[in-house]
Amino acid sequence: MEALDLARWQFGVTTVYHFLFVPLTIGLGVFVAGLQTAWHRTGKEQYLRLTKFFGKIFLINFAMGVVTGIVQEFQFGMNWSEYSVFVGDVFGAPLALEALLAFFLESTFLGLWIFGWDKLPKRVHLATIWAAVIGSNLSAYFILAANAWMKHPVGYEVVDGKARMTDLWAVLTNSTALAQVPHVVAGSFVIAGGFVLAVCGYQVLKERRSADPDRTVPMRRGAGLAVSMWRTPMRAALVMTAIAGMVVAGSGDLSGKLLHEQQPMKLAAAEGLERDTAGAAFSPVPGVEVPMLLSFLATNDPNAVVRGMEDLQEEYTQRFGPGDYRPNLPVVYLSFRVMIVFGMTTVGLSVLGLWLTRRRRATGPSDGQPAPRGRTLRRRAAGAPREVPAWFARLCLLALPLPFIAMIAGWLLSEIGRQPWTVQGELLTAASVSPGVSLTEVAVSLAVFTLLYGLLAVAEAVLIVRHVKAGPEPAPSVPPASPTGTGGTGDGDRTAVMLQPTLMY
Amino acid sequence: MELTTFWFAVIAFLWTGFFVLEGFDFGVGMLAPVLSRDEAERRQVLGTIGPVWDGNEVWLITAVGAMFAAFPAWYAGLLSEFYLPIVLVLAGLIMRGVGLEWRGKVQHASDRAWCDLGILAGSALPAFLWGAVFADLLRASAPAALAGGAFSLSVCLLHGAVFVALKTSGPVRARARRTAMVVSVVALPAGVVALSGIPSAGTAVAGWGASPWLWGCALAAMAFLAAAVALTWRGREGWAFTATASSIALTGAALFGALWPAPLPGLTVAEAASGPYTLGMLTWIGLIALPFVLGYQAWSYWVFRKRLVAEVS
Repeated sequence: MEALDLARWQFGVTTVYHFLFVPLTIGLGVFVAGLQTAWHRTGKEQYLRLTKFFGKIFLINFAMGVVTGIVQEFQFGMNWSEYSVFVGDVFGAPLALEALLAFFLESTFLGLWIFGWDKLPKRVHLATIWAAVIGSNLSAYFILAANAWMKHPVGYEVVDGKARMTDLWAVLTNSTALAQVPHVVAGSFVIAGGFVLAVCGYQVLKERRSADPDRTVPMRRGAGLAVSMWRTPMRAALVMTAIAGMVVAGSGDLSGKLLHEQQPMKLAAAEGLERDTAGAAFSPVPGVEVPMLLSFLATNDPNAVVRGMEDLQEEYTQRFGPGDYRPNLPVVYLSFRVMIVFGMTTVGLSVLGLWLTRRRRATGPSDGQPAPRGRTLRRRAAGAPREVPAWFARLCLLALPLPFIAMIAGWLLSEIGRQPWTVQGELLTAASVSPGVSLTEVAVSLAVFTLLYGLLAVAEAVLIVRHVKAGPEPAPSVPPASPTGTGGTGDGDRTAVMLQPTLMY
Repeated sequence: MELTTFWFAVIAFLWTGFFVLEGFDFGVGMLAPVLSRDEAERRQVLGTIGPVWDGNEVWLITAVGAMFAAFPAWYAGLLSEFYLPIVLVLAGLIMRGVGLEWRGKVQHASDRAWCDLGILAGSALPAFLWGAVFADLLRASAPAALAGGAFSLSVCLLHGAVFVALKTSGPVRARARRTAMVVSVVALPAGVVALSGIPSAGTAVAGWGASPWLWGCALAAMAFLAAAVALTWRGREGWAFTATASSIALTGAALFGALWPAPLPGLTVAEAASGPYTLGMLTWIGLIALPFVLGYQAWSYWVFRKRLVAEVS
């Protein structure tokens, strides 16, 4: 056991952990901002209740993303000082830009959002949440651009054993980054969508149980309630997940093609391909092979040659000297499949949900859109909307872990597949570690972070579950003085003042 | 001014901004149990930093990110050299951040007590350790590190107490003023010891005559500290806060002045610096973005400018 091994474990543990919270922050933030926008535009108070309900979950989760993110920024210098010195000129720039352009925006405006409910004009307050979520998404872009440079270094030259940036624009528009930014960000929306679906599924079931405690009506039908308040967020999450799923698939395909050009070893390991193969097959699950599919996915040409690990190993040995240039095959092979299967299942679930909750009488191709404003009368004429089937609500709850596991698997594929390099073709992981940091020191920090993270994971899970179980605060029993429920005026500034949340803190 | 000097100054500015802004956050976090007698007062005290602490913390993230980009060897050397203290700083920042964000969202008093413990420990650890790390960096001795840590811890307490006095009304305000006076008993002597250690320890400059402006900064920092105590005594909280902030800013100036031109033993700024292309690009982007950042952060302080009262729930 060397410091290197523990440093790698530490990076893996802290990064995977960090990335359980970040995608939920990215996707859920936009979802909450959307809910608040809906409240602003329609004045319907159920949107405010939903904004506060999901907003609180968002904040519980946001805290974890922030605090675990600080570790990431420090960790390069702590455990990977040789790496930091080699890449800092290039890699440091997007990190500095991320802090300056994204983190300030995110944290300052989130503070304004949390505490500004009764201090800011409604419109300005709405703008603060949008500014914060733009910050979150911008930060994803910068860190993914930095990460992409490790896999496909561009816009630099090596002078005196250090990378020197020659073209910032090339770094920020790295083809690898432009493919992986939409992939990861859309994946974040799938995660957030899956999360909201699970929450809504739970609430739908709870609502039916409490409306009909004696179970006189079959669960699946519901007890003839008015339209559930969870239908709208559920539909919105279904739409979000389905659209994001398409972006994930498209950008994933693009990333696969870039792998063929830029990181052939990772592609070979993802399929377990030993030798250069023309018309290479793809096995969606081990044992099943679809002929020529891998070649087609990698190049759009079913007969193209896909490189194999052993041939690449020989080539790299000649180019870079003796060494093992093959990543951990089982991990890369398996995580590739887990990512695809679990991710696609979540997206499939969203498409199924959209079909199950479609409007009774289709009014053209608008199925899959959230219900437009001011449609109450028309919808009534068309009959009540389809209720969410109870089995589907349960399915949503059960499917909660899938997109998270898919995201983790994607990162394992991406980063373990990059090994043995930290910077593809330039710097080996073994040469990146801090020379002056002892095994004991890394062991201590790994223990501290693992312990702390473990405790906090339990605490966060308990906190979120409790909050979801408690549900949103009840609707006020006194009707508003001025009629606000009709909606559709688009002017929310003077409406719905009766339920002004003061502190979410 | 050539680019490496300019970027050294930028990093000094960012670190100093972090010390000034997070200084009172740390102080408030540590003093919350002392300054409040019940839950409403506790919320009042923590509410003074609630909307701003996260934005203040980004000063640290930006300072470290800018070091990584502009002086990779300094960044890597500092963080790997002070490995275990940095681990504790990070653990502290994690506990503090989670505690602050979660304490209003937990239901049971016992869970809230855990959050309060996290805020307390998570504020004290970085407040002490950053002072200790930088003092050790300058003087490479354990007593100096202890003095530096004691100084930064006590100044954070003073800064935080003055901030609470400035931002609250009622019994908490009076308590905060009294606490500031008590803390100054430690902060003033620690300031004299730690601050006089800065100009005499410079790695490249030595002696009174060789570094007159470092001595100027250090002595002015002491003077502002004393002034802050006097102003608090007289109930001029706004001016007292200006004085503690100025004292911390001057400490930062003296500290980074003493670190110039060798921020780590055996490593000069020129050796550590990134290339002129990177520094040039970052300069342009920074110059364009920084006014906006400072502007909206200042605006957020303006929005929450009113004194907080304890809410009766």
